Amino acid sequence: MLDLLKQPILSIQEFCFLAGRAFRNIFRTPHYPDDIALQMDTIGVGSLLIVVIVGFFSGAVMALQMYHALATYGQVGKTGQLVSITLVRELGPVLTAVMVAGRNASGIASELGSMKVTEQIDAMRALGTDPLQKLVTPRLIATGVMLPLLVVIGDFVGIFGGWVISHFVLALPSKQYWSTAWRALDGMDVCEGLLKPFLFAIVIALIGCFYGLRTTGGTQGVGRATTQAMVMATVLVFILDLVVTKIFVSQAA
Amino acid sequence: MEPAENRPPVLRFDHVNVSFEGVEALRDLTFEAREGESRVILGAAGSGKTVLLKTALGLARPDSGSVFVFGRDISRMAEHELFEIRSRIGMLFQESALFDSMSIEDNVAYPLLNQKSIHCPSDEVHARVAQALEFVELGRTLEKFPSELSGGMRRRAAIARAVVTEPPLVLYDSPTAGLDPITAHTIIALLIKERDTSRTTTLMVTHRYQDGNLIANFRYNSKQGTIEPASHADVPTARTTFMVLKEGRLIFEGDQDLLEASQDVYISKFVKPRE
Repeated sequence: MLDLLKQPILSIQEFCFLAGRAFRNIFRTPHYPDDIALQMDTIGVGSLLIVVIVGFFSGAVMALQMYHALATYGQVGKTGQLVSITLVRELGPVLTAVMVAGRNASGIASELGSMKVTEQIDAMRALGTDPLQKLVTPRLIATGVMLPLLVVIGDFVGIFGGWVISHFVLALPSKQYWSTAWRALDGMDVCEGLLKPFLFAIVIALIGCFYGLRTTGGTQGVGRATTQAMVMATVLVFILDLVVTKIFVSQAA
Repeated sequence: MEPAENRPPVLRFDHVNVSFEGVEALRDLTFEAREGESRVILGAAGSGKTVLLKTALGLARPDSGSVFVFGRDISRMAEHELFEIRSRIGMLFQESALFDSMSIEDNVAYPLLNQKSIHCPSDEVHARVAQALEFVELGRTLEKFPSELSGGMRRRAAIARAVVTEPPLVLYDSPTAGLDPITAHTIIALLIKERDTSRTTTLMVTHRYQDGNLIANFRYNSKQGTIEPASHADVPTARTTFMVLKEGRLIFEGDQDLLEASQDVYISKFVKPRE
């Protein structure tokens, strides 16, 4: 029994070490601004299209679903409100994080994993660089900055998608949609909607780096690390989402 | 130059044990490499050859025993303290380990720009990189990426990266693995050229005896720019010692004559006596 627990506990310990050192490195020299910019481009700009597409369609489908649910109570005027609250608090952060986990946690794991199995990580250490400083911290910073920005864009495009359906399909007045959507949001919603992607970003970047850097077993190992990173990052996003939501709901109550 | 025996040791292993996840990779390993000496390390796959080099660089940590590099014990050093020591060691990794995302020029410039104790003015970097690439006869590949080069060219670029800082100790991990015999010969000729022009201490891991034979018996002729058989006069100054590893243990250490005289079955698998 103890042996069964030993491996996962060791992994968690390793992960905590990695996380601790990655955060500490943010305040230490040398910094690698070029690497941060490159990662921001890959993670942020690279994910923009898929985030916009997913955001638009999730907003549109929300509007359709909500309209029919609200019609039962004669409250179709609140479609905008429900779409915006659901998107900003929940769907925007989670869907965007899942997209970025799929694209980037796996991307980071495969890139770092390939570097590990071809001894490039060792070469980096041999040539005077701390791989955590050069590889992990820039990815952590880039994801931490870009994911909240992507969520803001995703949320807006989602609300826009909801409006497209409300206006052109459901024939609801535009002004009503936008004013209810806008007025529904308060400071706490925005806070929750931005805190979540920030925390998800930390998880996605660190999980990707963690599985990448512990890759063993050649190219097969790289494939395994990539899959594990993506699955683990996605699962952790959902668990973390529940925890954060619970805290905010208790606060509101 | 005084005989190798009297010069200070550059690298010394003292009863070193290294293990990974319960598997012992090096067992009670003791040896020392003196300044200017060449060491050829033979052994089967998995006998601990690569681990030996990584331990010398501080990339792998010994469970017990001590590793001295340039007289300093690196086995208990923190990672950031190791950077100074590592800047004085050149290392060629088995599969070259060039950074895929960087051009050959950036790869070779990497140690000049990132080794903290190497103070290379930024306007000299390009010239030194060009010089190092010229040394390995790859002068025209600065803009290329590692994926655009052949295996032999990648190996040469990696040698340029290993020696661009002019380190006094160079470690080569299977420099000829996976190369055809002609390319392998040019790579070993480069190793001899580097050793004899910069007077570096050289450790070479290999499973090909003919590589070791070349290292032990050939010298670089700077006038003609080729390698040639060594005359007996210069043998004592640039001594070559052979080491054979078996399952992490050092089972042989000595010169080439002693190695070829060995009756051990494991050793004779690697050794093809000279005609």
